[in-house]
Amino acid sequence: MTETATSQKTAASSAPFIRIENVSKSFGSFKAVDSVSLAIKKGEIFALLGGSGCGKTTLLRMLAGFETPTTGKIFIDGQDMTNIPAYERPVNMMFQSYALFPHMSVEKNIAYGLKHEKMTDAQRKDRVREMLDLVQLSQFGHRKPHQISGGQRQRVALARALARAPKLLLLDEPLAALDKKLREHTQFELMNIQHKTGVTFVVVTHDQEEAMILSDRMAVMDKGQVKQVGAPTEVYEYPNSKFVAGFIGSINFAEGKVAAVNGDMAEIDLPSMGGRFTACSIPGLEAGKDITLAIRPEKIAISRENPGTKNAVQGVVNDLGYLGKDSLYKVQLPSGMIVSVNLVNARRVGEYDRLAVWEDKVWLSFEPGSPILLTN
Amino acid sequence: MRWFNIRGWSDVTIATPYLWLVIFFLIPFLIVVAMSFATRTTTSPPFSFGVTDNYLDFRNYARLFQDDLYIRAFLTSIKNAAMATFVCLLVGYPMALGLTRVSKSARNILLMLVILPFWTSFLLRVYAWIGLMGTNSWFNKLLTSAYNTLVPQAWELNSIHLMNTNFAVVLVTVYSYLPFMILPLYANLEKLDMTLNEAAMDLGSRPFRVFLDVTLPLSVPGIIAGGLLVFIPACGELVIPGLVGNPSNPMIGRVISDEFASARDWPMASAVAVALLILMVGPMMLYTYYDAKAQEKKAMEP
Amino acid sequence: MKQRPTFLITALCFGFAFLYVPILSMIAFSFNNSRLATVWGGFSTKWYGKLLSNDKIIDAAILSLKIALVSATVATILGTMAGITLARFRRFRGRTVLSGLVTAPLIMPEVITGISMLIFFILIATMIEKLTGLRTQRGFTTVTLAHITFSLTFVTTIIQSRLLSADISVEEAALDLGSRPWQVMKDITLPIISPAILSGWLLAFTISLDDVVITNFTTGPGATTLPILIWSKVKLGVTPDINALATITVSIVTIGVIFAGIAMNRAERRRDLDAQMAFRSNQ
Repeated sequence: MTETATSQKTAASSAPFIRIENVSKSFGSFKAVDSVSLAIKKGEIFALLGGSGCGKTTLLRMLAGFETPTTGKIFIDGQDMTNIPAYERPVNMMFQSYALFPHMSVEKNIAYGLKHEKMTDAQRKDRVREMLDLVQLSQFGHRKPHQISGGQRQRVALARALARAPKLLLLDEPLAALDKKLREHTQFELMNIQHKTGVTFVVVTHDQEEAMILSDRMAVMDKGQVKQVGAPTEVYEYPNSKFVAGFIGSINFAEGKVAAVNGDMAEIDLPSMGGRFTACSIPGLEAGKDITLAIRPEKIAISRENPGTKNAVQGVVNDLGYLGKDSLYKVQLPSGMIVSVNLVNARRVGEYDRLAVWEDKVWLSFEPGSPILLTN
Repeated sequence: MRWFNIRGWSDVTIATPYLWLVIFFLIPFLIVVAMSFATRTTTSPPFSFGVTDNYLDFRNYARLFQDDLYIRAFLTSIKNAAMATFVCLLVGYPMALGLTRVSKSARNILLMLVILPFWTSFLLRVYAWIGLMGTNSWFNKLLTSAYNTLVPQAWELNSIHLMNTNFAVVLVTVYSYLPFMILPLYANLEKLDMTLNEAAMDLGSRPFRVFLDVTLPLSVPGIIAGGLLVFIPACGELVIPGLVGNPSNPMIGRVISDEFASARDWPMASAVAVALLILMVGPMMLYTYYDAKAQEKKAMEP
Repeated sequence: MKQRPTFLITALCFGFAFLYVPILSMIAFSFNNSRLATVWGGFSTKWYGKLLSNDKIIDAAILSLKIALVSATVATILGTMAGITLARFRRFRGRTVLSGLVTAPLIMPEVITGISMLIFFILIATMIEKLTGLRTQRGFTTVTLAHITFSLTFVTTIIQSRLLSADISVEEAALDLGSRPWQVMKDITLPIISPAILSGWLLAFTISLDDVVITNFTTGPGATTLPILIWSKVKLGVTPDINALATITVSIVTIGVIFAGIAMNRAERRRDLDAQMAFRSNQ
């Protein structure tokens, strides 16, 4: 890396820092990771998101050096790491179970990786102190792992992994073992520490909220393959497949056919929603093409009166749930299709002044820019 | 884990115990198997191959069925071992279940008390019973007077003949192997989720019904493990029948040892040993299967 | 819903009575003045004096301890290696054979193990004599070799099961932090399994100290271990000095177990304190 690259530590530079090229990993006949290619930039927080068994952990373990790819190559900072063992990689990992050494104090845990570095004892001590300060555990250095709380253990694991100033830090489900309150706090602390140190983070998680808050960019994985890579907003608002759209957040799907394309607007026939709707077109759309319209529940408006706009349809409230900050309506259309709608409870509502209750007739409508059109 | 295999140092770790077991366990065992097809001779060592027309001599195995000494010994062994296993289960199951029901501090002490006899000498425990079973011991006198008050006068005895009977073998086997039954059962029962019992009770079952419907079926692996840990060694037991058993009705361990030492018939001793092993293969595989399953479960736990 | 399990408590009482009455009776009769081992004839400690002045018994005890010490140590080293191999090395040729070799002696009837080792040792001795003309005798060496083989499988089982329940990512973390595999073994794996290694050693030690059958087959003239001596004495009938010996054994074991119990209780209390401390530091 050049001088300029190291000086602008925190800003993600554009050149790929980690390159995963066509990597596959098979266990017997099972393909855990299937021709994955990814480019991760220096200084970014990159999330690998997917359900269990999607191959995200295997990919992480290949970055760490615990598994060797069956085919493909992994480059870190321009160097081929494919066949370098874990202990020779400039990569450290924060384990899901934290994997603290139970027989060593917090300080010894953090110092463990440093004993392989060429430094004086004083330098080593300073580094441990620096790390303890970074994770705000200065007065707990002499404790053993079982003498501190879960949240503190997580921070020790982080400090230990960062002590060697790795080029890449891998985090395996970093927040999974924490309770909800502590998680929110820790999320921001992790981002803060990443910002301070400028180390590239790769986070594996099955929790989409965690991935969205933490990451600059994320890759959604399924069955060993990367389905989509992009910033959280991109992946949420512009999913490229039914899988990604359905995996992240909740969404309504309706199958149909393109009736006409007028400039940047498309007319779409959706029999399941009982009519013709207008949506912003996407490239490559033409009349007669099969299409899936996907729309998120919070992007649908709900009202008692006919809004009088395009894209309006009437239905009956089938079910309704009060979730606190918002309410979820399940509205049944005449065709039988059930549409989920989210309504933010901006005002305080009592039991009887709700917009609509069971069996009420309501109108649903959406802007042409709200739905996602999927051609596959 | 691949990474442990990468460097050559691990070869030493694998090879050392491997070689040891091959040399001192596998090879001796294979020698016994081979020996069972040899012929007894008056040479030193007292066997040779190819005395008959065939290179292998099957007469040892034929003798197993011709001489009823062997069949009787096998039957006695199996009968005694099965009986001891059954009694161990009868005594050990309520104890193991009781251990899961007492307070935690009492449990630790009681578990210690179950294990304690195991750390003391096996021989001395057998010896303790020899003392108790003798015709003029307090225990025998106590039993005799209890017996005499229960039966009509004509049947009264001066003392009960306990020593050198199959009953004594079963009694002492139960005594010696009881911890082997209790510990796996306890380990199994302790892991059972108590809320299952509560759920069954909540659904209207009385305690004994709960035991039959929930606890008993779930403890089958423990019963099998404990049962085999008692049955297998009890079948080949040499010390207990040797000290308290009936000498005219020997068990198979005695027969093997006598063939070898007194009769100096190594091939026959080997043949009996192999036959015993074949008889044990079923129970052993069953045990290994359950053990492997338990290990697997352990590995799956976080 | 706390119901007192009366039946189970009764069963426990009877069970423990069954386990301990013979031992207590034996202890009581060790202080018997009578020559007859089972008839009470007044209090005396003369059998202890007799026992301690019996050179045969003392020699046998020393030999037993020597064999147990050597065989437990070697068995622990080999068993730990095998346990690590089976729990941590996933793929190597002959893995199934090794795991079979490790479980087989555990469940093989002792008579068969004993007789196969005896035949093996006799054949080896014959071979040595034919090759070098040297006459070797069975004794300390053969018994120790047999005990190592027998007890190493127990150690293996303990180590293997401890490692399988341990979190492997702790070892991976060390590797990730730059330690080579052998360093990971030294810094992390061995310290973590050290309690299992200790209990493996203790088990191997007791097994060796207690063994009759295999020792009976593999020993030779001049190498009489304590169990073998007791065995030959008991075959002739009950003698009071054996009661004294039993009492001494039981006392030693009991004291050891009580100390272990106290140590464990302390460790548990310390863990509770630590948990409280962790909780407070989190406030």
